[in-house]
Amino acid sequence: MLPSLRSAALRRVLPRAARAPRLTAAISSYTPRTLESAFSQIKTKVDTASPEFKENATSMGELSEQLRALHQKIELGGPEKARQKHIARNKMLPRDRVTALLDPGTAFLELSPLAGHEMYPGEDISAGGIITGVGRVSGVECMIVANDSTVKGGTYYPITVKKHLRAQEIAQENNLPCIYLVDSGGANLPHQSEVFPDRENFGRIFYNQARMSSQGIPQISVVMGPCTAGGAYVPAMSDETIIVENIGTIYLAGPPLVKAATGEVVTAEELGGGKMHSTVSGVTDYLAVDDAHALALARRSIANLNWPSTPSPPSDPKPPLYDPAELSGIIGTNLKKSIDIREIIARIVDGSEFAEFKESYGTTLVTGFSHIHGYPVGILANNGILFSEAALKGAHFLQLCAKRNIPVVFLQNISGFMVGRDAESTGIAKNGAKLVNAVSALNVPKFTVVVGASYGAGNYGMCGRAYSPRFLWMWPNAKIGVMGSEQLKSVMETVGKKVDPELQDRIERESHATYSSARVWDDGVIRPEETRTYLGLGLRAALGGRNGERETRFGVFRM
Amino acid sequence: MFVRRPLRSQLLRPSQRLLYSTSAPQTIRPLKSILIANRGEIALRVSRTAAAHGIRTTSVFTAPDAGAAHVTASAFNYNLGPSNAYLDVEKVIKAAKESGCDSVHPGYGFLSENSHFAQRCKEEGLVFIGPPSFAMEAMGNKSESKTIMNNAGVPCVPGYHGSNQDPAFLLEQARKIKFPVLIKAVKGGGGKGMRIARTEQEFPELLESAKSEALSSFGDPTVLVERYITTPRHIEVQVFADNYGDCVALGERDCSVQRRHQKIIEESPAPHLDDATRKDIWKKARDAALAVGYQGAGTVEFIFDNDTGEFFFMEMNTRLQVEHPVTEMVTDVDLVHWQILIASGHPLPLTQDQVEARLHGHAFEARIYAENPEKGFIPDSGLLLHMKSPKLSEDVRVDYGFRAGDEITTFYDPMISKLIVRGTNREEALAKLRVALEEYEIAGPSTNIEFIKRLADHPSFINGDVETGFIEKHPELFDIASTPTDAYAQAALSILLSESEAPKSNDPFAMTGQGVGFAGGFSSRQIILSDITNPDKRVPVSIQQIGLKTYDIRVGETVLPNVSVTESSADKITGFYPHARVESTIVKEGQNIFVFQRGRKFQLHVPQPAWFDKVKGAEADVNTVIAPMPCKVLRVMVKEGQEVKKDEPLCVIESMKMETVIRSPHDGKVAKVVHAEGDVVKAGVSLVLFEDQGEQN
Repeated sequence: MLPSLRSAALRRVLPRAARAPRLTAAISSYTPRTLESAFSQIKTKVDTASPEFKENATSMGELSEQLRALHQKIELGGPEKARQKHIARNKMLPRDRVTALLDPGTAFLELSPLAGHEMYPGEDISAGGIITGVGRVSGVECMIVANDSTVKGGTYYPITVKKHLRAQEIAQENNLPCIYLVDSGGANLPHQSEVFPDRENFGRIFYNQARMSSQGIPQISVVMGPCTAGGAYVPAMSDETIIVENIGTIYLAGPPLVKAATGEVVTAEELGGGKMHSTVSGVTDYLAVDDAHALALARRSIANLNWPSTPSPPSDPKPPLYDPAELSGIIGTNLKKSIDIREIIARIVDGSEFAEFKESYGTTLVTGFSHIHGYPVGILANNGILFSEAALKGAHFLQLCAKRNIPVVFLQNISGFMVGRDAESTGIAKNGAKLVNAVSALNVPKFTVVVGASYGAGNYGMCGRAYSPRFLWMWPNAKIGVMGSEQLKSVMETVGKKVDPELQDRIERESHATYSSARVWDDGVIRPEETRTYLGLGLRAALGGRNGERETRFGVFRM
Repeated sequence: MFVRRPLRSQLLRPSQRLLYSTSAPQTIRPLKSILIANRGEIALRVSRTAAAHGIRTTSVFTAPDAGAAHVTASAFNYNLGPSNAYLDVEKVIKAAKESGCDSVHPGYGFLSENSHFAQRCKEEGLVFIGPPSFAMEAMGNKSESKTIMNNAGVPCVPGYHGSNQDPAFLLEQARKIKFPVLIKAVKGGGGKGMRIARTEQEFPELLESAKSEALSSFGDPTVLVERYITTPRHIEVQVFADNYGDCVALGERDCSVQRRHQKIIEESPAPHLDDATRKDIWKKARDAALAVGYQGAGTVEFIFDNDTGEFFFMEMNTRLQVEHPVTEMVTDVDLVHWQILIASGHPLPLTQDQVEARLHGHAFEARIYAENPEKGFIPDSGLLLHMKSPKLSEDVRVDYGFRAGDEITTFYDPMISKLIVRGTNREEALAKLRVALEEYEIAGPSTNIEFIKRLADHPSFINGDVETGFIEKHPELFDIASTPTDAYAQAALSILLSESEAPKSNDPFAMTGQGVGFAGGFSSRQIILSDITNPDKRVPVSIQQIGLKTYDIRVGETVLPNVSVTESSADKITGFYPHARVESTIVKEGQNIFVFQRGRKFQLHVPQPAWFDKVKGAEADVNTVIAPMPCKVLRVMVKEGQEVKKDEPLCVIESMKMETVIRSPHDGKVAKVVHAEGDVVKAGVSLVLFEDQGEQN
């Protein structure tokens, strides 16, 4: 550097004539770098000592505590006896399998742990009988789908299918290699009508595997238990398959069915054991001694994907200026209380810096650019009912994000679009549609967090489930529905229908986050203070690499 | 060829001894440049003193030592070539001459007691820093030296070695020798034809049985009779003689505690020695040195009978000893400097009275070896992964020859370093020794540090009840206290943390321990460990993270809740346990985990999982015999195709001057002799392969 500065060419000065005094205003044409970020910092108005804050924190705390207890119970899996039996067979519990698969010290972004909760009267289907989530395996973010055979033998309830399909959908959208830890008795027969026939049912699992494989998204199976009938296609449709000897079996029909059908008497191991499949049929590619070995093989398979490493954003992003733990005290559990959504943004984004776009126009929707864990994001956040101007501003902002390829985060707290003569006459239907249109067509990764209400068309405009956000999470206090139960009651009464309290209670119950999450309408209920972490994980998962497959043209093989 | 000067010296009065110096009249010729014909700690030790007095040193090295500490410490060095070249007289002399040295310091071992080398140095005009070759010759010959000593009034072990085998005559001799006596077949060995007669009464019968056993075992009934010393001690005296006929004794050293006939811990002064005996032993040592016309540093070794208080001349070591620093500590004399002074023609700097006036305190030396005390002190080798020596002070000295990262090879002595401590009395010196030993951290090859700790803590050793059979007499020295649960916990934590992705704020997946989700999202991992002292016992350690750098740990059945952890560096980990704060240095080498904490070392291991052995075909190992350590194949006793029985010798290997017989682990047929005689192999390499026996076992 220095020697070149000394070179004659660079030491040349402007000719004297050009250095004539110039007129300048009394404004510094230099702005310190530090100020460039400082003036974007959100200033908090939250008083953590106020009674309201404390009350909010308490009510949210109670709700969180209930959810914590519920999640911990779900994490255990099936009944004690089933787990004992599982361990006695020298099998790892499914969560231990997931841990063993993951790189030590990395987070597991688990999806919908509440799936199946209180869905099937009298039956506890912990986590829907299947553990799904994004985790790092041999340095590659993967979608992990692990059957829990301690829960009803790992059979597929309708919610199990739904959760499995959702995991595949996420994998497909985000280019995540899939690892299936198969240990399942197949479709749950009493529920066969809801599991088997429809488009989004059991068969779709294999369809997805084939489609993903064709798109270059690797499919790896580890057979750690039975794979019967349709289940046999999970390993059979995979790119690479590992099987645990004396534990894993793959067959289209088990020994009892074979005996009934043909009279042939055969053991499960002879019929579809690991040794047979690895040495004779070729259905499996690797024979593992036990679970630990099988998972080591799976890690090796992932290491050999030649998967490009995800580029990291610049190092050392700043944490938010304000403690994310304050979010509970800010939001509380009463959705009727209005809050300034900027207080929430301030506790999610890097350095609490938010470059707000059209701050004073359409003020009920807050838009702006920011960073989360170093990743650039555009944020759309509700700050009241959506008016025409807000919808237009949102649509405009989404176009900016699309042009710049910036992922978008939607923070939903919306009771709906504005109604009434004024609203209709300003063309709210048309303007709202612009927002919905922009959201639908937007091809950058979208993330939705429901921090409060998610009612009516507001849900659409703010990228609800139907608008395919890459991930959608709910806060414990969040509610979702066409409208709030009280409003629903008054609407129905207005149109002359009597609402019995039971219906109103049901509507209220059905709008809760737990109810939503049990049905996999979302990807999980999350602690408000972990929103930044979840979004960071989601961004990382969404922006991951993908093998640039060079197209290979094959001739016709005789198989 | 050599003039028998020592013999003549006996005929002379002390005042005439001066005449027998090597080059009279004496001139003082200061040494300017010394070739150190040695390696390791002693080479460094000599160069330190030389440097302190402005003398240049040139080091020599062989191929395996090219990067050794003693070579890199000096800008002047000379490559001798192959590993055995430290013993090559002509090469070393050539090195000295080509490097422009005027003198050679031989250190200990190698050429230090080679009179031919000393003579060759002289011929080439190099000053040999050591005794004249005739003195070395005289002391090198056992029977000759005994005669000299007896003539000089230095007591030797009384005995009859003659040919008169008449029982009555032998009894008469035994009476003279004093009971108990040892009756030993002249051609005997291995305890055959050997009897201990404690009284006159039992002598004839034992003599008879010894003779008949000697006859049947060796075909020769001739026996010798010697004083049997029931509780022998090894006491030696450091002497120094100049070219002017003066000799001083710089106190004595007790080196009784030995393993494999090699010293392990030395001290000065010798415990429980009355003043008269002490003075007497010094005097006898000086007499012994003067009797052979000695010059320079030497050590006169005595066997001391703890029961009678008598002592007898054993031999004289005509070199600087490994344990010389013990003497330096209690005399404040730099013995290497004295060697240089004497070699350059100076008289002794101190008189005997002055030396005695300087004696103060008590010193110990512990030799730190790469060896495995639990396996019969078998030498070990390998890379020194980590080495932390005790904190140095006026009273704590460490002479080392290796640094962390150096390799202990099988070519040379596996002594890593020497720890020398001093206290105002024995008790204090021993206390300091214990503390200093606890500061040692050596990871890599096994060491005897833990053994020396137990030794230094043994009540009999503390009492000074030392004798040469000390280790055999106290098998409890090999009792190893069990490894505490927190050592397992620390090791497991260290493994997990070191293999965990480091937290990075721009990588949300790598935020170690953050955990996500209502249930915490913390993983629980189980790491199975074993202890090398009890390798078959598997200890499962479960680590359940419960918060940021906080864990619930379970070691076997013991629960250690809520342990928070800080890591100050890659190998330092501090755990805050319910019972205490535990600070550990943890060094990992593959599956070996070395844990240093609270003054102890534990060596843990992550055993292969069962599946690994199965996958890698552990069964195949039944058919291969592997080298247990890096070694050289000395002899191969079997041929391909040969049927061998279990325990039949297959080959003999040599490692660190120790021969080991490799025996067949089972009956079988030799399929292949992988390594032939003379091959140098690494540990774990197959030596002999057996034919596959199918699944017979």
